[in-house]
Amino acid sequence: MRRRSRFILSALAFGYAFLYIPLISVVIYSFNDSSLSAVWGGFSTRWYSELFRNTQVLDALFLSVKIAVTSATLATILGTMAGLALARFGRFKGRTFFSGMISSPMVMPEVITGLSLLLLFVTLQQLTGWPGQRGFSTITIAHTTFSMAYVAIIVQSRLVAMDESLEEAAMDLGGRPLRVVFDITLPLIAPAMIAGWLLAFTLSLDDLVIASFVSGPGSTTLPMLIFSKVKLGVSPDINALASIIIAAVSLGVVVAWIAMRRNAKPS
Amino acid sequence: MKAFIHIKEISKHFGDFVAVDNVDLKIAQGELFSILGGSGCGKTTLLRMLAGFEIPTSGSIEIDGTDITHQAPYDRPVNMMFQSYAIFPHMSVSKNISYGLRKDRVAKKEIAKRVDEILELVQLTELKDRKPDQLSGGQRQRVALARALIKRPKVLLLDEPLAALDKKLRERTQFELVNIQEELGITFVVVTHDQEEAMTLSDRMAVMDSGQFQQIGTPKEIYEFPHNRFVADFIGTINIFDGIVTAVDDDRISVYSDEAGETLTALGKQLVDVGQQIDIAVRPEKIFIGKEKPDDANDVCIEGTVHDLGYLGNRSLYRIKLSSGKIVQVSSQNRRRSVTRFLDWEDKVWISWKPRSAVVLLDK
Repeated sequence: MRRRSRFILSALAFGYAFLYIPLISVVIYSFNDSSLSAVWGGFSTRWYSELFRNTQVLDALFLSVKIAVTSATLATILGTMAGLALARFGRFKGRTFFSGMISSPMVMPEVITGLSLLLLFVTLQQLTGWPGQRGFSTITIAHTTFSMAYVAIIVQSRLVAMDESLEEAAMDLGGRPLRVVFDITLPLIAPAMIAGWLLAFTLSLDDLVIASFVSGPGSTTLPMLIFSKVKLGVSPDINALASIIIAAVSLGVVVAWIAMRRNAKPS
Repeated sequence: MKAFIHIKEISKHFGDFVAVDNVDLKIAQGELFSILGGSGCGKTTLLRMLAGFEIPTSGSIEIDGTDITHQAPYDRPVNMMFQSYAIFPHMSVSKNISYGLRKDRVAKKEIAKRVDEILELVQLTELKDRKPDQLSGGQRQRVALARALIKRPKVLLLDEPLAALDKKLRERTQFELVNIQEELGITFVVVTHDQEEAMTLSDRMAVMDSGQFQQIGTPKEIYEFPHNRFVADFIGTINIFDGIVTAVDDDRISVYSDEAGETLTALGKQLVDVGQQIDIAVRPEKIFIGKEKPDDANDVCIEGTVHDLGYLGNRSLYRIKLSSGKIVQVSSQNRRRSVTRFLDWEDKVWISWKPRSAVVLLDK
């Protein structure tokens, strides 16, 4: 076996410790019996049961998941359409410009995205009366806007790698263009769409900045709730909540990884 | 000849680039026709226009008396076998093959029957439930062929059908392809850059260069009677001598070539004039090689030295250097079984050929 240098091993250990010690300490403290966050008072699961009795947290969680599912689905639909257009429209003047433009929401500071969306919604309200109240719909739209860029790029890169003659062959055999999209293109880019959906879901679930701009009274997402609670001092049930989220995200990543690997097999 | 496929003055421009330049072609029903050319010669563009993936800039295409120039690919009575085979990776072999029939809403029973028939034809019956990634290269090629044939198209287009197979498999598949074509009587149009493939497959073939046909004919016509220097040079190996016509008799012409250092005689019904610059071309296998000067005074004989030689088993290749410095390639059958060399490096030799073996090339 190759000998590994001690330096590389310690760099590895340090790097992973840096990444994971904060997460692990949250999980450990979620089982802390003491109501003081920083003092260990013995093992207990009481914060978990307390968490599930806290309707404020549950409402926020429910809202966040609802927004994440809706915006991820919308972003996947729109992003796939954009990716298809960019990869299959052929050459046209300004194509590079358009494909560059699609990724701009990814590099735009969130504060600016949030602010501009807020201005848009306010103007819209003055002009059309909609949205009467900012909340679920405005946050969903805002999240769709920035996460569809990610989906579009994932789908586009998958399409570029895909043999275009597959679609031509289907057309040659009598498939009309729209049928071919459903018979051939979509099944083959499905892994990219799933990956895009999961990414959009995650982005939406942990967004604080943009949601703070475009939410209204009575619509508090989970990150917003946690942030406001922490300002008043960390209560241990937040640790329990954080641990659940870590578990859920880890599960999601493993599922996504398995899905990607199964589909990455050479075709 | 009654044209089943009639390509009329077709051109395709991509911006300033002319991919296909005013091409005319008639192909008969049931013919196996090949279009042979190097990369970028326009052969694939021509095929894609037949399939409907490219719209011609000008000109028209008729198949069986119907103008299909502007028909969509899915409406044409034409199917194509792609170079990459384009087998749908998420469908089983039988689902791949039945795709065309399912899109035409053929009855389920009929589909099952025809899939079974075609699977038997291409000998894939046992593999019908396999996924494409469980197939070998040769099996994938047969799936692609079956899928393109199942709709019984009027014309089957094949884009480099054998390029992805290894040499042994390619030779076997060539004959299979011809047999299937003869059995079904479908008109095949093959595009290839491989001259051996074109020669063995085709009834007739066209040699294409820079968007135009250089010659159309049977493989024999094209090999033995090339029309011009490009075709002569492109198909097989050939020795070409520059020369000036010095005399014209009834059927034979004398051409003096500096490169050969001799007067070369050739049979030429062509209309050449004394003083005209022409080329005389001879295939390596038409040239005899020996240590003695041949007796027949009619033969063209030139003296040279063995510059290089190669033993290929069934035959040997010689590169003979003439006094002018010109290298002539000669191929000779190894009829005698022997371990010693009949000729060696730097040997003085005579090369000779019959006047009727020489090709007269008029264009410069």
